[in-house]
Amino acid sequence: MRLKSFPGGVHPHDNKHFSKNAQVEEMPLPGKVVIPLSQHIGAPAKPIVQVGDKVLTGQQIAEPGGFVSIPMHASISGTVSKIDLFPHPIGNRQMAIEITGDGTDEWVTLEDNPDFMNLSPKDMKEKIAQAGICGMGGAGFPTHVKLSPPAENPIDTVILNGVECEPYLTSDYRVMMERGADIVSGLKAIMKILNAANGYIGIEVNKKDAIAKMSQLVKGEKNIQVVGLKLKYPQGAEKQLIYATTKRKVPSKGGLPLAVGVVVQNVGTAVAVYEALRFGKPLIQRVVTMTGKIVKNPKNLRTRIGTPMSEMLAFCSGTKSEIGKVISGGPMMGIAIPTLDTPVGKGTSGIVILDPKEARKDEENVCLHCGRCVDVCPMDLFPAQIAACVRTEKWEQADKSGLTDCMKCGSCAYVCPAHIKLVQWIEIGKQKVAEMQRAKK
Amino acid sequence: MDNKFVVSAAPHLHDRTSVSFVMWQVVIALIPAMIAAVYFFGFHALLLTLYGGVAAMAVEALIQKCRKKPITIMDGSAFLTGMLVAFNLDAGVPWWLTVIGAVFAIAIGKHAFGGLGMNPMNPALLGRAFVLASWPTLVTSGWMHTLKGSINGIKVTDIPIDSLATISPKAYTLLTSATPLNVAKSMRDTTFVQSMTTNASQNTQLHDLIHNALISSQNIQHLFWGNIGGCLGEVSAFALLLGALWLIYNHIIEWRIPVSYILTVFVLGFLMDGMSVSSAMFQVLAGGVILGAFYMATDPVTSPMTKTGRIIFGIGCGVVTIFIRYKGGYPEGVCYSILLMNLLVPLIDKYTIPRAFGEVKK
Repeated sequence: MRLKSFPGGVHPHDNKHFSKNAQVEEMPLPGKVVIPLSQHIGAPAKPIVQVGDKVLTGQQIAEPGGFVSIPMHASISGTVSKIDLFPHPIGNRQMAIEITGDGTDEWVTLEDNPDFMNLSPKDMKEKIAQAGICGMGGAGFPTHVKLSPPAENPIDTVILNGVECEPYLTSDYRVMMERGADIVSGLKAIMKILNAANGYIGIEVNKKDAIAKMSQLVKGEKNIQVVGLKLKYPQGAEKQLIYATTKRKVPSKGGLPLAVGVVVQNVGTAVAVYEALRFGKPLIQRVVTMTGKIVKNPKNLRTRIGTPMSEMLAFCSGTKSEIGKVISGGPMMGIAIPTLDTPVGKGTSGIVILDPKEARKDEENVCLHCGRCVDVCPMDLFPAQIAACVRTEKWEQADKSGLTDCMKCGSCAYVCPAHIKLVQWIEIGKQKVAEMQRAKK
Repeated sequence: MDNKFVVSAAPHLHDRTSVSFVMWQVVIALIPAMIAAVYFFGFHALLLTLYGGVAAMAVEALIQKCRKKPITIMDGSAFLTGMLVAFNLDAGVPWWLTVIGAVFAIAIGKHAFGGLGMNPMNPALLGRAFVLASWPTLVTSGWMHTLKGSINGIKVTDIPIDSLATISPKAYTLLTSATPLNVAKSMRDTTFVQSMTTNASQNTQLHDLIHNALISSQNIQHLFWGNIGGCLGEVSAFALLLGALWLIYNHIIEWRIPVSYILTVFVLGFLMDGMSVSSAMFQVLAGGVILGAFYMATDPVTSPMTKTGRIIFGIGCGVVTIFIRYKGGYPEGVCYSILLMNLLVPLIDKYTIPRAFGEVKK
């Protein structure tokens, strides 16, 4: 197979061996879950339950706060015990609903629908919206919104993202190995909703068995192809994946994939779409990788949304030594969180635990102007220059240099010999520029 | 729950390079050339290099102490600069000349501009240019012969007896003590050629003989392996290439500058000297092109940051080198070509900023 890729990028050690071969295990029901009201891009959900209410597993507990929003569901049965600020997977504290479990895991009645492929695209979207599905690769864009492109942007291609280019993480890999058929069903449903002619499943070459497995499953499908991709970070970034697969370039300065007729969904999202259509199941659990060099038994766990990370780590027998850093997500783009009380969200693909040595903070040195950041930037930007503009508060120049095109993949900071915190500087610039643009309006 | 976890921005991984790693890797890559220098010029080549390196570190420490800045002499950058100053001077220069070159390189070339990362020009080459301008005779006369070979590949025994009888002292000195590039330059100077002996036909014969000897395959091989005199560090192209391969393999330097530089010198050498591949090889291997292209033009601080920019920079260095060699006042142009192109780097970077991925053409 000829491998496809994109220009730029870096080659961190993938460290997937820790959890790669661990079959997905069911995480035992937690005693309490904390369900953040904002686990997605868009308006936070609004609670429709009150403290003291009894809830069943799968029952809606918060309604969408707008069109670009999703509902939340109880992930265990029990009693709503608190609606308050709780630690959030993005590192701060946000409003969330706490449910104290009754241990019975009594579900709401689900609507079985073996003939879901005969539903109209509109009904399918409705069911996906009701299930509270958002992108499970990390960004968390509401799926029903992504599946409702404006009429002037017809979609001809759906790409499922099974790249999992973040080091350490193996949840997508395990899902492909164990739920391959459901992924294909989900992809077909998405293609039907969008009336898209072509479907691709992009997988990085370090997961050869997943490529083989998925290729086997789509053998009879004329319009679905598995695409083998080079092992390179950030191969799974949306624009890079689209380019590698279709040679189409998503326009810069805020362009969306639908501008080039493409919708990208994570493989886990495809399974959630399938489950929502087939069984009427809301998104209340997902596969999460709990891994790291010091984790005693790294695992891939099917976890209820809202489960505290501390319980998951305990289920993996804890750590061999002192913890230096806990990352919600992968080590390249994930967020270092201050506490293990943080719950798992719909976009939490993994939790990576680093020891104090791995977590060591490096001092920033001076810029050598070596240009390595320019060499690796997958968006063809000039990271050192943007960072320098931000440092000297030249906001307009920073904006002109492509600040907004940066997806914060971290390739530049990964290779910088001076250890300059390029992503951090760029993030400061992004916030400031966004603020200035809001002020203008 | 303890809240002592490190909280910092992504990415949480790093490829573990650092400024000092990069600098010391270049020093390591220069070890084969150092060994070659000791082999061809003797043990004092190593001493000269150490004088340069240590002087550079000492003056950097002194400046940083005076400016109340953190002392960073262990990052390898100062040592490398001092080492390169020694590498760019004749192995026969007095030790204090190397020391002065290194001190100037660090004090004026680097710290006067604000230190590491701020200097517009390659400090080591500035150091060399300074001593060359200040003590021109010390730097350019009395080139050291290699211990076992010659200075420029011309053997006096090859010269016909009748020519030797009438050869002018100036021509004799040139043949016995000038670098190959200097001899080549003189051979292009018709007035000089006509004054070599008293007989015009002998002059033509002698010119052809010398010219052919310079670019003979035997001489090219000597230039490659190192048995021809020259600056301390540039004596063996082979040793320099070994280190360069190591640097490229380890992603310390990138291929674009050296390749475009050397190719330009090769192509122009080919065109300027009657479409001769041997002449082109001679232009590449004689003098400091290999040392300059791999170890000095690639200095991260003073070379372009964009890929296109690096190619323009390399081509520019090659053009200026050949221009100086053929049309300028000096036999060798590597040092000045790189210094000149260094000054154009901000401009090159400005006009070669890549178009962002997916940016719509205007």
